[in-house]
Formats: sequence, C-alpha cells, structure tokens
Amino acid sequence: MNEQNTELLSIEQLRKKWMSPEVISGSEILLRSLLLEGVDCVFGYPGGAVLYIYDAMYNYKEFKHLLTRHEQGAIHAADGYARASGKVGVCIATSGPGATNLVTGIATAYMDSVPLVVITGNVATTLIGTDAFQEADITGITLPITKHSYLVRDVKDLPRVIHEAFHIANTGRKGPVLIDIPKDVSAAMIKFKPDDSINVRGYNPRTVPNKLQIDKLVQAISEAKRPYILAGGGVIYSGAHEELFEFATRTEIPITTTLLGLGGFPSGHELWTGMPGMHGTYTSNNAIQQCDLLINIGARFDDRVTGKLNGFAPHAKIVHIDIDPAEIGKNVAVDIPIVGDVKTVFEMLNPLVKRTEQADEWRKLIQQWKSDYPFRYTDSDEVLKPQWVIEMLNETTNGEAIVTTDVGQHQMWAAQYYKFNHTRSWITSGGLGTMGYGLPSAIGAQMAQPDRLVISINGDGGIQMCSQELAICAINNIPVKIVIINNQVLGMVRQWQELIYNNRYSHIDLAGSPDFVKLAEAYGVKGLRATNKEEARIAWQEALATPGPVLLDFVVSKTENVYPMVTQGSTIDQMLMGDE
Amino acid sequence: MTMRHTISILVNDQPGVLQRVSGLFGRRGFNIESITVGQSEEVGLSRMVIVTLGDEHTLEQIEKQLYKLIDVIKVINLGSKPMVGRELALIKVKAETSERPEILGVVDTFRASVVDIGSNSLIVQVIGDSSKIDAMIELLTPYGIRELSRTGVTAMTRGNA
Ligand SMILES: Cc1ncc(C[n+]2csc(CCOP(=O)(O)OP(=O)(O)O)c2C)c(N)n1
Repeated sequence: MNEQNTELLSIEQLRKKWMSPEVISGSEILLRSLLLEGVDCVFGYPGGAVLYIYDAMYNYKEFKHLLTRHEQGAIHAADGYARASGKVGVCIATSGPGATNLVTGIATAYMDSVPLVVITGNVATTLIGTDAFQEADITGITLPITKHSYLVRDVKDLPRVIHEAFHIANTGRKGPVLIDIPKDVSAAMIKFKPDDSINVRGYNPRTVPNKLQIDKLVQAISEAKRPYILAGGGVIYSGAHEELFEFATRTEIPITTTLLGLGGFPSGHELWTGMPGMHGTYTSNNAIQQCDLLINIGARFDDRVTGKLNGFAPHAKIVHIDIDPAEIGKNVAVDIPIVGDVKTVFEMLNPLVKRTEQADEWRKLIQQWKSDYPFRYTDSDEVLKPQWVIEMLNETTNGEAIVTTDVGQHQMWAAQYYKFNHTRSWITSGGLGTMGYGLPSAIGAQMAQPDRLVISINGDGGIQMCSQELAICAINNIPVKIVIINNQVLGMVRQWQELIYNNRYSHIDLAGSPDFVKLAEAYGVKGLRATNKEEARIAWQEALATPGPVLLDFVVSKTENVYPMVTQGSTIDQMLMGDE
Repeated sequence: MTMRHTISILVNDQPGVLQRVSGLFGRRGFNIESITVGQSEEVGLSRMVIVTLGDEHTLEQIEKQLYKLIDVIKVINLGSKPMVGRELALIKVKAETSERPEILGVVDTFRASVVDIGSNSLIVQVIGDSSKIDAMIELLTPYGIRELSRTGVTAMTRGNA
C-alpha cells in the first residue's frame, strides 16, 4: 500500500503546481481541493450524478479512491479513517439512492463527533425540485444529522465551500459536513486558483476557557475528599491524552473513561477504574455515585453512562469541561461549567493542581473495589467463551492493536476485556450503535494506519450488514483481521429478552447465516474457524502470521451474557452482576 | 417555570436556513408558537423572531443549540430586555348591514382599520402586541369570523440597545 505514496507530491508542491489560474471543471476543482486539504484516501461509489467527478479521477494519479461495495461501507470506512488518523474522512456517492445509503453513516459520525466531508452528486440545477430521476433532497434529509451542509448551485462557490467544509468538520465540536454538488456544477468550467482563506462569520468555537472557572475547579479539587474523573471522546478528539495523564497522575484522582474515551488513558494504570455505565465496572459506577467531585472531561453524560438521571452522582459537585457549550447543562445540572478545548483547559489547569492527602481514604476504597470486583466470567473448556477470545486477542497483541467493533455483546466484551494503551486505537459506534460498522471502519482505520495491526471484532449478525466489503480487503490486500464472535443469535437482543422480557426469545435466531469461512474464501480472503481454545490459539497465530486479510469465525457459547448490567430505570450502582 | 419567550435570531440569508432553524426546534422538542422571517438591516442577513414556550432551562438550551448552527450569527433573548413586539392580523368577519355600526365601533376603539368591504363581510386589519389581537378576535367572534390570518410576532429591543 505504501509504494504509490512515495512518488506523490506534498501539499505545498501541489499548491505551487496549481498556483497559476487555470480553466478547469468543477470536478477537477473538487479533486484538487481535496488533495490540497491533505486527503490521501477517499472511499466512494460512482453513479450518474457524479460521473464527471469520476471521469476527472481517471487522470488524477495522485488521487487515491477505494471503491467499496455499498455506500454504507464507504462512509463507515471514511469514519474509521478519521477516527484512526485524526484527519477528516472523505466519501463520495451519487445522487438519490447513493446519497440516501449514506444516511446511517452520517448519523453515526454525527453522534460520535467524527469529522467527515461527505460529497454527494445531485441532478442538474435545472432539474432540482422536479422529482427527476434519482433526485433526493439529501441536504434536507440529513439536516438533523450534519454539523453543516451545502448545496452548491454555482461552481464559483465550490473552492470556498470545500475549504470551509474541512474547517467546520475538524474544528470546535467535530462532525460531518455534507457537500451536495449538482451534475452541471461538476461539469462547469471556470478559472481556478488555490485559496486558503477562511471567513465563516458566526462560527467561532471557543477554545480558551474562562480563567475564573479554572480557578474554581482548582479550589474544588483542593477541597474534595472523593474526587473522580469521567473522561470521554473529547479527550481523544482534542489530542489531550498526555495532558489528561499529567492531570490525573499529578492529582492522583481516580479516573474512568467512557466507551468512546477508551484509550484516552492507559488501561493498565492503577488510577484507571474501567468503563462506567450500563456495562461498566462496579468500581466506576460506585465511584460516580459516591464521589463528592465529578470532573467530566469531554463526555456528554449519555444515558448509557448516567443510568437514571434523577439520582445520578447524588453527592457530587459536578464540573463539565466541553468544547460545545450546548452540552453543558443539557442532561445534568452543572456546578462548574468550563467551555473550551480540553487540551487548552489542561494547559491552564495542570500547573495549578496537586495531590491532596484528604483523598487517601477514597483512593484506598477504590483500590479495594477494583480488586474485589473485577470483570469476571465463568470459563469453560467445552465451549469457547467470548470473553476468553477477547482476552486472548489482548494478550497476544499486548493491547497494541487498533480494534474496531460492530454493535452488540461482542462490542461490550471488547470494551471490557481489551486493554488499550494508546489513543485512536479503539473505534466503535457509541452514540448511534450502528450494526454494520465493524468491518468497513476497520478498512478505513487500516488505510489511515497501514503499519498497525487492525482487528475488527463483529457479531455474526452485524457482520452480515456490510460483509460485502470483504471484497475491498481482498482486492486491495488490506490486512485487517476480521474476528466474528459467532454465537448464532442476535446476542445483545437475546440478553435483553432473557433478562427483561422473561425469556421470550422473539426473532433472534440467526439460522441461515452463511458458512463464514466459505464466505471469506468466496471473496478471496483467508477464512479460519475455531470451536475450542486450542483451535482458537492456532487459528489466531496463523492469522497474525498471514500478511493479508483473514476472517476468523470463533464459534462461541450461545447463552453468555454481558455483566455487570444496569437495566433501564435504575441508577448505575444498581447492577446485575451475573452468576457469580 | 414555563413562560413565553421572544427570541430574535440574526441568520445568513441562505436557502434552507428557515428549515434548519425550525427543524432544530422540532427535533429537540422545543415549541414554536410563532415564527416570522424577513430582511434585516444588513444585506445578506435575515432576522427571525420566534415566540416559544418553555422554562429557563429550555430557553438556555434553545439559545445554545441555535448558536451551533453555522448560519446563525446572533441570538438575542428579547424577553430579558425592554422590547417592542408587534403582530398584524387580518380578520374577515361576517357583517350584515345592520351589524356594521357595532363592528365599526369595536374597530375604532382598538385603533384597527377596515381594509375591505364585501356585501356581507368586512376585513379588519389590526396591529399590536399579541394580547391586543387576542382581545380583538374575542370581540369579533360573536359576529362570526370567516377567515383569520395572523403574521406572528416581530420584535425589537427598545432604545439604543
Ligand atoms: C442497524 C441496527 N439494527 C438493529 C440494531 C439493534 N441491535 C443492537 S445489538 C443487536 C444484536 C447484534 O447481534 P450480533 O451482531 O450477532 O452481535 P452479538 O450481540 O451477538 O455480539 C441488535 C439487533 C442495531 N444496533 N443496529
């Protein structure tokens, strides 16, 4: 995958090359602009309304495009690319059905604040509004799930719009920005010269926090007997993991990281107490409920974290640090609001804080909980246990892989049993909980980080939502290791039906699934199966030793549940702990 | 405490901006009692005035969420300032010849005006704050209101503010 890259020109060289004004098409403007934004890989699918754009690609050797097999694959891949790299992910689809196939992926990125620029074609401006063939009002459809969107009616606006879109997508609270380009606009010829000025009035994300609020927090820390940190995805998006580490270790305040915050703080560290919330640790959930100071850093008090709101963190003074002022006070009333970029906040905060002794009892209590109530399951030598599989992946990779997941039980087990040492190593659909996300996001992540090991962990249900992207792995020799935790059911739904709906197992049986090993082979991807520990170890070693993509079908116990579990309507310290 | 709030929003005059703003209200469960849009003092910018019902927490969320829209330049909560709020209504009221003097009496007292006369109806135009218009409608109802069209409130802070 690297060979092509070496002969590519740098952005500065490209800028110089294209500096003298030249008459080119809207499509070429798009490609040049994307290259000037530093995009090195886009994911897409052609169709009538984007044919000028695809025609332009024919000549642009610099422009790297991966043809996925479904638009949903393209946008999840762009999303995985963005999460693994910190850069903006880009995907392209045609009008109408191409554009509507992106909707799930746009919503996924929006909920998790992932920077994307989504390019759709549309029918010609003269046809817009006539119910023309393959017309869909995609800007209208995606209004509630984009950070911003543009329908470009004049090719003159195209360079500005693209540049603005990248700026908006990747600053402030990040998110997907859609650019809808009518066919005639992509065909129109105009004089183009690169420009990199930005002027978006009314968009000024506030990055520097109010100093008075910082002082209040310093004061609160110095007084707290039971301080606790709740860190979320904002830490990762702002690149503030080192500063967070400094803050936590300086103050020795125990810390939990949310599902999207995993990897923002090293999992092995003694201050870390595991993930909080519905499937969080005993320690984290009790710590939230018993702390007297809760410092939320870049997390949004999602209901899967808070459980029943009325009764959440009842003894705590609550601090909320977020780049998005609208998050502060949205779900939970806040005592010390701090609006700003997390990294900037820490830069001001860290020199002012220190360890306090009055929290020693609390530290001891937390350590006690940690050793008394770790995640646990009943292992077996007859059937493969899903938790054991994740532990094996973790041990054999030393927590150094990039892990992407689909949605369901396997996702929660991966979050619980894989231990992350680095930021941008855990890629999962948190806010929307999108099945189908696991495989394509891994493809995107591998494109962004060609030298790292990427493991995609899926359920046997969810893998079938985007399994066609196996083709992309094979064709481009993308070496992702695709793990299926195959329990033959829609496991998470089964769990709810067992625990909440009195064992009434309605429509969860996945009989009729393909033989996944053969499915992989049909695409030209190596497929391996394991039904016990011995086979699992051998298959996994073989996968690691294989330079290309491998699919591993781990046939596991059907009835395993994810514990602890907080059922809806309970406060988070009321956990079902499982059999033991 | 649930109260009526008047919010003035300065927005980029872009296609779809009304949809963005009203969509935000709809999606987040905020109430819109009335909404008016038109030109502002600056070329390229429009002013929207929205009257909404909600408590302080909701109002704060509305303001913050509005600011997240890229096309929103400024949000002013007029409720917290001295302001002038006006609405216009056209009311087509049934008016047989015998009832006309009475109706004209009502129109006069409210400093409203009659802007059209048909064989058995009148169109009354009334301008004022919303409560004045409510009162006018209440008084004309007994005669039979055939058609009613209200513009919704437009508003401005008083003085130099
Ligand atoms: C697109 C989509 N449809 C439905 C759901 C609801 N859902 C959540 S988990 C789940 C079961 C997933 O089953 P499987 O992929 O086999 O994974 P497991 O839970 O067994 O690990 C379902 C149906 C969803 N999250 N996304």
